[in-house]
Amino acid sequence: MDPMPSAAAPRPPRFRVDPRAKHWWTVRALIGAGAALVPQVVAALLVVDAGWLLATSVMTAMAGAGYVLVMPRLRYRVHRWEADERAVYTLSGWLRLEWRVAPISRIQTIDTERSPLQRLFGLATVTVTTASAAGPVRIEGLDAAGADALARRLTEITRSEHGDAT
Amino acid sequence: MTGPAGRSSQPDPPESPWRRLDARMLAVFPVKQAAALLPLLVVVLIGGRGDGLWQLVGAIAGPTALVAFGLLRWLTVRYRVGPERVELRSGLLNRQHRSVRRDRVRTVDLTASPVHRIFGLTVVEIGTGSQSGKDGGLSLDAVTAVEAERLRRELLDRAIPDHPPPDSVAAAGTAPTSGVDGRGPGVVESVARLRVSWLRFAPLTGSGLVAVGAVVGTAFQLGGELGVRVTDLDVVARVGDRLGAVPLWLAVLVIGTAFSLVGALGSLAIYLEAWWRYRLTRESDGTLRLRRGLLTTRSLSIEQRRMRGAEVSQSLSLRLFGGARCTAVTTGLDASAGVGGALLPPAPAAEAHRVAAAALHLADQGQGSAAALRRHPGAALRRRLLRAVAPVCLLVVGAWWAARTVPELSPVWPAAVLALPLATALGMDRYRNLGHALRPEYLVIGSGSVVRRRVALQRRGIIGWRLRQSLPQRRAGLVTLDAVTAAGRGRYSVVDLPIGWARELVEQVNPGLLPAEQRPSGPARSASAGTEHAAGDLPAERAGGRAQE
Repeated sequence: MDPMPSAAAPRPPRFRVDPRAKHWWTVRALIGAGAALVPQVVAALLVVDAGWLLATSVMTAMAGAGYVLVMPRLRYRVHRWEADERAVYTLSGWLRLEWRVAPISRIQTIDTERSPLQRLFGLATVTVTTASAAGPVRIEGLDAAGADALARRLTEITRSEHGDAT
Repeated sequence: MTGPAGRSSQPDPPESPWRRLDARMLAVFPVKQAAALLPLLVVVLIGGRGDGLWQLVGAIAGPTALVAFGLLRWLTVRYRVGPERVELRSGLLNRQHRSVRRDRVRTVDLTASPVHRIFGLTVVEIGTGSQSGKDGGLSLDAVTAVEAERLRRELLDRAIPDHPPPDSVAAAGTAPTSGVDGRGPGVVESVARLRVSWLRFAPLTGSGLVAVGAVVGTAFQLGGELGVRVTDLDVVARVGDRLGAVPLWLAVLVIGTAFSLVGALGSLAIYLEAWWRYRLTRESDGTLRLRRGLLTTRSLSIEQRRMRGAEVSQSLSLRLFGGARCTAVTTGLDASAGVGGALLPPAPAAEAHRVAAAALHLADQGQGSAAALRRHPGAALRRRLLRAVAPVCLLVVGAWWAARTVPELSPVWPAAVLALPLATALGMDRYRNLGHALRPEYLVIGSGSVVRRRVALQRRGIIGWRLRQSLPQRRAGLVTLDAVTAAGRGRYSVVDLPIGWARELVEQVNPGLLPAEQRPSGPARSASAGTEHAAGDLPAERAGGRAQE
């Protein structure tokens, strides 16, 4: 299945995220799948005569494996971002696509954030918020140094802007 | 709005003085608190099984504590309105100091409960856009009605930016009487007032049943505390016997009718209490002012510049009788908090659209909530139908299977089949209500069926966009477009829009926000090079005329 949006869709943002993001997503998916699988396996081993628990464990393992293998690749093909002096623009998702665009003039805060897992791969997330609770634009899986530079640049651009339309 | 004449002769003091709440609060506070604690007092004094001494101690200590607490509160709470900030100090041991920037003040809400009204007092709530702690507004409980009105005028008096100049504000802060009286009442334009015929919509709101339920529940609980069992009461027992003697369907009918009647009366009472003497006016300084209430009077002022739109919504019952509600989309009011932004009681739909247009300064309702909407294509209808009917189909299959295994359940599944036409009608109706229209100043969005909504969203108030596309939507070439705003619910969705339309809509509202099409799309950029390059030096290709303010 083609994860890319159709021709009528807005042009995708220009830049891909760092390829290491694939590894980061894979590890995240592994942790998630493990969290779903391990309790079932433990229960299946403890409970005598639990054929159905074994069956759900096998199904969970298969679904988890599919998720771990497919999700990071699809995500990497979809996730894109772009920022200039007019707007911050992102495309994200893997099965469900989501485009977000926020005009520079409406930006309130710019945050960089690095979870322990992201630090492991030298990645960072830049979050741009506006006055609305519904509209933060997040760029996940950027190269850490690049994320800092982007945040600095955006801060510089927004310094000259006024009015957040609250 | 010019300040008092004596401005120049009187150099403004460095600090405006701290003021206390009105001394009449010494009386109001204990009475209000005692009223809230009344059920408890009743239980302690009547139902308590302790000996008389303890009851006597309780009867004396309780009121004394209330009076003492009220006195302490009056002594410690102080406020002042400075040229730039409104400040509130409170607490004896745990001292608190709240400060709100005046240019952050979005709404000023005046509320007077019956007890407050007896003493001529009013509670002033100063609202800011943010809901978070530090700038989350403050409340003065209570000041005189005159002082409250003065605060309302003073805090919202900046219809023209940079007016009044800071020094006149400082002067007004120190010399309240001259500041207000010199201004005069100005021209007040009436937008809407309550009509008696609107009371017919009261029973359709369903608030009555909830209230009656709450009252009955409290009565049961209180009765239980006092050792009275409701089922032991003579009246209840006799009614129960009568109903036991008649056929079941008649009993159900009687009880149902009784509940509906009581609910309708309750709704009517709530409607009257909330909306009696309702009037919506536009003040001389441009703010919208809503006043209402029978026992507890409320006055809400909304700064016009913060109005980001208006919504006309119809629940199914209101819609059947041609009624609708009208709410303001604005910052500073929490849309989730009940009647938060209501501009109008439940009223005829035409009136709701008229008030929505008037509140937004629109001469023509067709430019706002009553605009003719552009229908979404057939793919949207198929999706609406599928989403409404598919769950019912699953239900029918489930019921059929259940009937096969458990014979007693066999009457269930024909009933499930009957739900199919209902679901189809729901899907069709949801499609009929779906649509959008772009007007010079407003984006109008229609959606819903059980609650049908029309929202007119100010185009300048849109601070971002989201396009969401699920897998089925991708197959149908549709997206859900969210217009993001700081006001109201935060985002307003145009559901099942062809993706090309969505792109055009964003382009029309914010030209140049989405990147231009003819540019070579550059998927081939290597990612790390891309981030480094873009982060260090952003492409300057889309530098054109900025369209939004």
